[in-house]
Amino acid sequence: MILDSKSPIGPLAEKWTKHKFNSKLVNPANKRKYEVIVVGTGLAGASAAASLAELGYKVKAFCFQDSPRRAHSIAAQGGINAAKNYQNDGDSVYRLFYDTIKGGDYRSRESNVYRLAEVSVNIIDQCVAQGVPFAREYGGLLANRSFGGAQVSRTFYARGQTGQQLLLGAYSALSRQVANGKVKLYPRTEMMDVVTIDGHARGIVTRNLITGAIETHAAHAVLLCSGGYGNVFFLSTNAMGSNVTAAWRAHKKGAYFANPCFTQIHPTCIPVSGDHQSKLTLMSESLRNDGRVWVPGTKEMAEKLRKGEIKAKDIKEGERDYFLERKYPSFGNLVPRDVASRNAKEVCDEGRGVNETGEAVFLDFRDAINRDSEDAIRARYGNLFDMYQQITGENPYQTPMMIYPAVHYTMGGLWVDYNLSTTVPGLYSLGEANFSDHGANRLGASALMQGLADGYFVAPYTIGDYLAQIGPSPIDANHPEFAKAEKGVKDGIQKLLSINGTKTVDHFHKALGHIMWNYCGMARDAEGLTKAKGMIQELRKEFWRDVKVLGANEELNQTLEKASRVADFLELGELMVDDALDRTESCGGHFRLESQTPEGEALRDDENFAYVAAWKFMAENSPEELHKEPLVFENVKLTQRSYK
Amino acid sequence: MKLTLKIWRQKNASDKGGFVTYPIDGISSDMSFLEMMDVLNEELTIKGEDPVHFDHDCREGICGSCSLYINGHPHGPKQTTTCQLHMRSFSDGDTITIEPWRAKAFPVVKDLVVNRSAFDRIIQAGGYVSVNTGGVPDANEIPIPKRVADEAFDSATCIGCGACVAACKNASAMLFTSAKISQLAMLPQGQVERMSRAEKMVAQMDEEGFGACTNTGACEAECPKGISLTNIARMNREYYSASLKSENV
Repeated sequence: MILDSKSPIGPLAEKWTKHKFNSKLVNPANKRKYEVIVVGTGLAGASAAASLAELGYKVKAFCFQDSPRRAHSIAAQGGINAAKNYQNDGDSVYRLFYDTIKGGDYRSRESNVYRLAEVSVNIIDQCVAQGVPFAREYGGLLANRSFGGAQVSRTFYARGQTGQQLLLGAYSALSRQVANGKVKLYPRTEMMDVVTIDGHARGIVTRNLITGAIETHAAHAVLLCSGGYGNVFFLSTNAMGSNVTAAWRAHKKGAYFANPCFTQIHPTCIPVSGDHQSKLTLMSESLRNDGRVWVPGTKEMAEKLRKGEIKAKDIKEGERDYFLERKYPSFGNLVPRDVASRNAKEVCDEGRGVNETGEAVFLDFRDAINRDSEDAIRARYGNLFDMYQQITGENPYQTPMMIYPAVHYTMGGLWVDYNLSTTVPGLYSLGEANFSDHGANRLGASALMQGLADGYFVAPYTIGDYLAQIGPSPIDANHPEFAKAEKGVKDGIQKLLSINGTKTVDHFHKALGHIMWNYCGMARDAEGLTKAKGMIQELRKEFWRDVKVLGANEELNQTLEKASRVADFLELGELMVDDALDRTESCGGHFRLESQTPEGEALRDDENFAYVAAWKFMAENSPEELHKEPLVFENVKLTQRSYK
Repeated sequence: MKLTLKIWRQKNASDKGGFVTYPIDGISSDMSFLEMMDVLNEELTIKGEDPVHFDHDCREGICGSCSLYINGHPHGPKQTTTCQLHMRSFSDGDTITIEPWRAKAFPVVKDLVVNRSAFDRIIQAGGYVSVNTGGVPDANEIPIPKRVADEAFDSATCIGCGACVAACKNASAMLFTSAKISQLAMLPQGQVERMSRAEKMVAQMDEEGFGACTNTGACEAECPKGISLTNIARMNREYYSASLKSENV
């Protein structure tokens, strides 16, 4: 299959406007005859469901949480980018587009990214109109900050809880449509499969998490807004329930999976404290604006530190290695996430880690406190410092924070074209669940922007075009494909319940996480990846032989929910490894040890790898087929990133 | 640490339920409370016993899923969410009693899991500004004094966990409801629907079976996000002024 991105031809700045004009419209009187399913109620899902309902479509919205307000978008801290140029500092739609393409290390599609930058300004207007309490200046206008090393201040924020406030805004719009009877809400309901008829998505199969009832829902279009798959690593900053199941089951029904190996590892997380750890907590990277990252200059001193013989304050200035400032004098502590993360791993691998496990570096606010006062630092980061103290029991005003990288975001996801359609007609993917806008590395404060752009301003247009073409005649919910998909889901559940082995679901999830982190994490090479592939295959076999899932289907059964998600992670993990093996270049968050500059920086290979890797599922336990979408750059010139 | 856990077990909504005691050992003080529950559940699963069901998701104090009533306090001894409570807040040898939220409007689903959809219905009754996507003014066309924006944010920070209801002897949902009414009453965007919002949300709150407020202040004391009682005073003012002026009455 030739992957057609359906990017409109013509000048970059006119593509979206032209495309909207060329899209077919649905007659207003006919809209109520169309049913649309939205899976997931995070920023992308809630905004899409609300906007489609406002247009007049009949929407069903599904989430596994007990309320749509709890989707994991709620945990985003830092902010949301928009090319408003309110600060008069030289920002523009083109600059945001350019920064996003460059930040993604030239592995994203120009047309999609430009549209993202273009609609970013509408998002802020929309959220303010909903009553989202963004930070403001004394004159009453909106405040901005520079984020993640951007040279302009384009990030809008609501203290350290921007994701929460944006999601509650989208949730309120969704709630209004529920009250209007335009959206039917299905909380505590998990999507288990997509139903396709003659190659088109025509509905889904769900499991009611309270009663275990397996149900089918027919619709004219299905939108997957089910988030990222970072939990394949077991430990990540994702919520415990975040999973790949909806996307993965769609993949197995024909939707190609793009760039699965592109994961983002965030540098400022609270380090692991022991084997019991269930998740990792991120602290906003705005901390790097004032904190200085360092480790002891020597291994010996780090060892004393780890044994508790000396404390951070005993280490003199000359004995400290501020490794980011040393290696990257012009960007210093504000280098991009992947560079900061990789360097932290490097010094820890050298034996200079600073906590008991040897996997932590200092983030020190001593100089900032001396320069600006403790009160000034408290005003900027008070809530983050409190959170750190609550979790670790240490006071970061007095002793330096300890941080270590953790999996945070997945740039890969379901392949989509310019219309956000997957390779299955009628099946769309929005937000983190798709691969579209961030290339090999996402910029800070751009995830919220993309989720809301897709949901409020892109999908409502592109889906209309599709619906107008297929017509409003009802979907036959009695088509044999529904019964077939339902049976497949029931059989899968019975299989899990019948194994009754000796090891818990978490045992397998942790084991998979270790493999992924060690061999498909911050640095990858052919040898490790090949080894990981074998290990995952073994683990998957063992899972299906020896996992212990208690209870029945016909009740609230959290172990069963988890088992079904981990089963999918065990398949996805192998595909991630295959993708990482195929891409022998380094780019963005994907660092192949074999592809480095003489100074040890990531070395991209544009001649051979300027493509999107889109994988097609073939059959259970069989290799997937790789399809390539060539990336054509008509507007930006490809350069090697340098932060020296 | 070695602990004794007294946990409420209830098979489903119609089961009577009761406490079951579990001894647990080898708990590190660095663990979060929910990680301690994970350890217990791993042990129970290996033994072939049904693990204890509880709601949890983000485990960083913002999604509002976790909802354990620990030793007589929602979210336990500290003013935080259960997921941000660490075992260093307990001592070796302690007996810890764990229950679900107790309120008529929050029926138990299983063990420690309750149904909080009443909160969603209160928001559906009017917790929004009725604007459609698109066609809104430029964001900076609505200047809002910083003090007002900050105060609205303080109300908007509610995570909808329901600790206020669990803490209240009347199982009142006034702190939750008033936080949303306050946020939108303070902001210029919320003015148009200000009166009908207060009327509709209060009516829905009553319909769900939540109790009345008797100004005890337990909700404020237990709220993990520090939502202030002032919100309830503001909601009462909004409600009374609406009942005098509103055209709906």
